[in-house]
Amino acid sequence: MTRISVRVDGVDYTDEVEPRTLLVHYLREQLGKTGTVVGCDTSNCGACTVHLDGRSVKSCNVLAVQADGHEVTTIEGLATGGELHPVPQAFHECHALQCGYCTPGMIMQAVDVLRENPDPSEEEIRLGLEGNLCRCTGYHNIVRAVRQAAGAREGAQA
Amino acid sequence: MTVTEQPAQAPEVGRARLRKEDARLITGRTRWTDNIVLPGMQHLAMVRSPFAHARITGLDASAAKSAPGVVAVLTGADVKDVQGALPNAWPASDDQKTPAHPSIAVDEVAFAGEVVAVVIARSAAAARDAAELVDVDYEELPPALELKAAAADEVLAHPDLGTNVSAVWTFDSQEKGTGGSADEAIAAARADGVVIEREYRQQRLIPAFMEPRSVVCDPTGEQLTVWTSTQVPHFVRIFVAAVLGIPESKVRVIAPDVGGGFGGKLQFTPEEVITVLAARHTGKPCKYTETRSESLLSGHHGRDQWQRLTLAATRDGRVTGLKVELLADMGAYLGLVTSFIPMLGALMYNGIYKLPAYHFTCTNVLTNKTWTDAYRGAGRPEATFAIERLMDELAAELGMDALEVREKNWITHEEFPFHTVAGVTYDSGNYEAATARARELFDYEALRREQRERRDRKDPVQLGIGVSTFTEMCGLAPSRWMGEQRYAAGGWEHAEVRMLPTGKVEVVTGTSPHGQGHETAWSQIAADRLGVPFEDVEVLHGDTAIAPRGLDTYGSRSLAVGGQAVVMAADRVVEKAKPLAAHMLEAAVDDLEFTGGRFAVRGTDKGATIQEVVWAAFTSHDLPEGMVPTLDAEATYDPDNFSFPHGTHLCAVEVDTETGQVRMRRYVSVDDVGVVVNPLIVAGQMHGGLVQGIAQALWEEAVYDEQGTLVTGSFVDYTLPTAADTISFVNDNTVTPAVGTALGAKGVGEAGTIASTPAVVNAVVDALRPLGIHDVQMPCTPERVWNAIRSAGENQAEPTTQQAQEHFEPGAPNQDPTAGHAGTPEKGAGQ
Repeated sequence: MTRISVRVDGVDYTDEVEPRTLLVHYLREQLGKTGTVVGCDTSNCGACTVHLDGRSVKSCNVLAVQADGHEVTTIEGLATGGELHPVPQAFHECHALQCGYCTPGMIMQAVDVLRENPDPSEEEIRLGLEGNLCRCTGYHNIVRAVRQAAGAREGAQA
Repeated sequence: MTVTEQPAQAPEVGRARLRKEDARLITGRTRWTDNIVLPGMQHLAMVRSPFAHARITGLDASAAKSAPGVVAVLTGADVKDVQGALPNAWPASDDQKTPAHPSIAVDEVAFAGEVVAVVIARSAAAARDAAELVDVDYEELPPALELKAAAADEVLAHPDLGTNVSAVWTFDSQEKGTGGSADEAIAAARADGVVIEREYRQQRLIPAFMEPRSVVCDPTGEQLTVWTSTQVPHFVRIFVAAVLGIPESKVRVIAPDVGGGFGGKLQFTPEEVITVLAARHTGKPCKYTETRSESLLSGHHGRDQWQRLTLAATRDGRVTGLKVELLADMGAYLGLVTSFIPMLGALMYNGIYKLPAYHFTCTNVLTNKTWTDAYRGAGRPEATFAIERLMDELAAELGMDALEVREKNWITHEEFPFHTVAGVTYDSGNYEAATARARELFDYEALRREQRERRDRKDPVQLGIGVSTFTEMCGLAPSRWMGEQRYAAGGWEHAEVRMLPTGKVEVVTGTSPHGQGHETAWSQIAADRLGVPFEDVEVLHGDTAIAPRGLDTYGSRSLAVGGQAVVMAADRVVEKAKPLAAHMLEAAVDDLEFTGGRFAVRGTDKGATIQEVVWAAFTSHDLPEGMVPTLDAEATYDPDNFSFPHGTHLCAVEVDTETGQVRMRRYVSVDDVGVVVNPLIVAGQMHGGLVQGIAQALWEEAVYDEQGTLVTGSFVDYTLPTAADTISFVNDNTVTPAVGTALGAKGVGEAGTIASTPAVVNAVVDALRPLGIHDVQMPCTPERVWNAIRSAGENQAEPTTQQAQEHFEPGAPNQDPTAGHAGTPEKGAGQ
């Protein structure tokens, strides 16, 4: 077992983990952060996407020990001060989710896409979300939601 | 209307209400089955057969049993007397050959992925580690794999059955008196008309819902509680009881938040049985969550048919007959409705056309592959693909426009209700209106012009335009019809409306949503009928202790059947409330009218809101004689007929004739799904449905190797479309209400998937038709398209271009340190 210290959604944790433990399993099983889900075993689907020091990572593709000393944000830590973050808000308003299983990962990836490019074109959004699979929405409304969130952010900054 | 009436509240039905479900889903508060953790819970890992067909000659679990944290290992031998047999609820014939289907294989395995043992341990990781230690000896048997060879009984999938043919199902319009003889029509057309003969492949697909299946069983209460990621909690309850011999009253099944299904979770699974067995064996709560690879390998697949089709027509383009001969791959076992899936399409091969003669035969064939069962559309995508591809072929043969030949044959809107050659009655529709709107949105003429220009200048990128004017049947189903078809259950749906003392409302539905948004749509329906605010309605579902009666969600049935039950239950609440309201208002029941949530005495300003009446019923201080102190009401709705949504889909693709790459250019769908309860949800269903249908046309296929191993066993190889593969769509609706229900809704869950596959393949073929190509097998991958181009028409004689450059020096060591072996360099793929 290895001791790690990780800050997750603003809370500091110190835990013993098996060196082989994936970050997603640490989040789900040891911290109870079940908002982050597992959708595949080949790092194709992106359902487990979280932020590691502010950048999106597939948490099934990161060992918990690699997060030692770092900061993780999950879907559960995205809201600030009781206010919904603009990206999930846009997902709601654009009906960008149906079953919702891919949604946490999709939202975390969308936030990162917008961080890198605050005003992406449809093409740029589609490429930016390529690593996250959704089986329900056909992506149509997800793309719209990301565009809308980009607009909302611009509006907020103006 | 009198001035004293309250201003009518804008109706909820038809409003683009944002979904109630979203709040928990966008914040990570969702309760997926795998999120459930119970005190003392144990975890399961399955040991699965790597062989498609083998005899189990030895099984040594001793090393696994002594591994750290392992509580028990159960094998087929351990549970053979208690595990029962998995059910097939929809036999295709009275003498159907049905292989025995144990949850844990006992002596033989019939597909790669079948469970041979389960390890129960204190953590999922410990269980998985120990599963590696279970030592199984197999004696390999020859597998029946390829469908046509299996149909010929070359190798038997289940030797004890003596044949691979499980059942043959036939419909003949002459025999049924619904039309003439297809054979005669075809003979006549051979003499003096047009005969189109084609063979199409419906490749095997995998539903690939995003949430892997998961089961938790808690045996510690008086009732055994099973949480499962299913579309059909009510079925699961019945089958847990029936298969394992547990009284149904001792079983509670809960489908918590379920992450997609698409038919893939319309099943009673070995894993559900095994989890219950493990929980009863250990006396502890047990959880099993499959990996994605296990899901692709062992969750049921869909489609997998060969279709032999003969269409007869006159020289002026009037269709005179259709003969359909199917081979359908059942896989290794007959699941819940495996054997009847192809027949759900049997009523739909005539599509929207006035066909005078029709013959359908399906041969169900057992093989040593994962069993097939429902996948979005279930039989109807196959039927729609066949007829819509054939109509394009007929148009091409006659030099007619693809829409023109359809219009010549379709049922006109004045002709509804229309009795079809397949023996069903289409309730309503307007194919002209949907087609006119689609043409307009698509700019059909401009794209045809561009197509001509590209053809004229021999542009390497050709434009193809595909048409699909489809109909489908929704709303499974009239119980009487299901009985006639040997189905084990009925097709009704149930709802209860509970009026809480404070005026809030609980709607209990027997449908079991897994992404469709029932909580929102049902709230809209109930709000309108009861005149209460949308926000005041709570929709409860998916727990047999809360919603004890129901037949669950599949076959685009929830709104058309379950929604109607909600309407009926809500109306009963109002009827029950009337005597009390009349009593409160000192008026006669006949003098009351109910609008906008208020009982008013006609011609006066006296009235009482439904909330006031509910409170009076709750307090029961002053009830009319004989009235019981509740306004709650239930209703069960059994439809008289299916509903028949339809639509016109137009697709434009660009095909790069040098690379075979197909790029979506424009997609327009105009669907008529009857009355739309929530346009936002309807559009969402269309988008997702379209992409699943497009994925069949272009990308997805479950592939087995010659040993019977699924080679598309992960998301690396089973290529679901991504955001980067797809485009934004143009969607619209026409509205022709369904006949026979107050709601007028027809169903929308499968429409996109049913319609889009032929639209896309028609577009691909349309782009290539000048090259002499009249078919590309699905999925139309660049390789298949490129090969079709290489081997077609004038290209046929062209010698293969020089060999592609070698990636590596022949014989040199692999220069990529991360790769195991240098792949064989691609050498002129057309060879």
